[in-house]
Amino acid sequence: MTGRSIPWLKFTAPANFYTLAQRLVPWLWPAAALCAVAGLYMGFFVAPPDHQQGDAYRILFIHVPTAWMGMLLYLLLAAYGAIFLVWRIKMADIMARAIAPTGALMTFLSLWTGALWGAPTWGTFWVWDARLTSTLILLFLFLGYMALHAASDDREKGGRAASLLAIIGAVNVPIIYFSVEWWYNLHQGVSVMRSDGPSMADSMLAALLLMIAAFWIYAGAIVLRRAQAEALSREARTEWAQAAAAGRLTREQRERAAVGIEGNRPPLESGGQT
Amino acid sequence: MKKRHQRLFLVLGTLAGVSVATALVLNAFRDNMTFFITPSEVQAKSEVPDRHFRIGGLVEEGSVERADDSTKVSFRVTDTESSVPVTFEGILPDLFSEGEGVVVEGEISPEGVFQADNVMARHDADYMPTAAKEAIEQAEGSAEAIGDY
Repeated sequence: MTGRSIPWLKFTAPANFYTLAQRLVPWLWPAAALCAVAGLYMGFFVAPPDHQQGDAYRILFIHVPTAWMGMLLYLLLAAYGAIFLVWRIKMADIMARAIAPTGALMTFLSLWTGALWGAPTWGTFWVWDARLTSTLILLFLFLGYMALHAASDDREKGGRAASLLAIIGAVNVPIIYFSVEWWYNLHQGVSVMRSDGPSMADSMLAALLLMIAAFWIYAGAIVLRRAQAEALSREARTEWAQAAAAGRLTREQRERAAVGIEGNRPPLESGGQT
Repeated sequence: MKKRHQRLFLVLGTLAGVSVATALVLNAFRDNMTFFITPSEVQAKSEVPDRHFRIGGLVEEGSVERADDSTKVSFRVTDTESSVPVTFEGILPDLFSEGEGVVVEGEISPEGVFQADNVMARHDADYMPTAAKEAIEQAEGSAEAIGDY
């Protein structure tokens, strides 16, 4: 494949996307599990107790990856929402819809682990400071997106309304991220993404990075799987989807389906591509 | 202009509009967005606020006095420029100690003593083993020592 012909648009066709995901996902699960096992081992057995918090700080190995994942997935959700609104690419809506439940789960986990961390260290489960409140709003945005998408009988209309909500809600993400710099919070400031380098011991940072990798890969795998299921259900009547559901989608069927989706555009990759 | 270009500008315009509106709102509510005020800000106020509020800072070294027969405790919260005396009765969080971050919630008496009904500990964003912390304290703030762990 030459640099010129990276077929970005190829995967806007659900049939092509389905096949790509089918190839990727089996590698992602073991990779996520491997990173998680390594990260948890580092986090529980290699990283030393903190000078101030003792062992209580170890919950950050779950808390920080889930919190980041929630924000990142929201930005992705908003980006896919914008792509869907502007270019009306059905696959973007499918991806956005597949992201939302995982984003909600990650945000919920970050709030939950944060409460469990706050109780012994701060002396409270919950306070209405800027960081915690804006993260709660993020959870509501994910839930609102899912509810709005499902509220309309017409999937196209529901998708448009929900995408608009996703785009508007995107302003919340920088507020979460910078809240600890803009205002006084009970929540502490940044430790990893600092201009003067992470304020963490190396073994702790290594464990954290492994856990972050694990959550990234896990989220990628589960989102792709969910998008595959949604693509199949939306195209249930087509030849390719029925063949894919039966586990025998041929390349010929896939290419035919992709051409159909692309409308009058000629096939982007005519042969030569495996 | 193509239809999808119109839609692109509409989406970008919406995002820009919402961002500006949010920035203006947050700016207008700046005083309410902050979780606590500092002892200096308390001193700077000409009149003592008679409502519930929070002060954040460090527990002044050597200021903690505990009662022998109750859970009453008094200490001073400082931001190194000025400090406010605080009294509290109840159970303090584990991380409460001299020189560490704290947020107290309550009301200030006419005499200027803050009567807290809730004390929360604030921890910093540095994570390191005890030995590294001691090494840093000996080296007076050199962060190089963290690297060895």
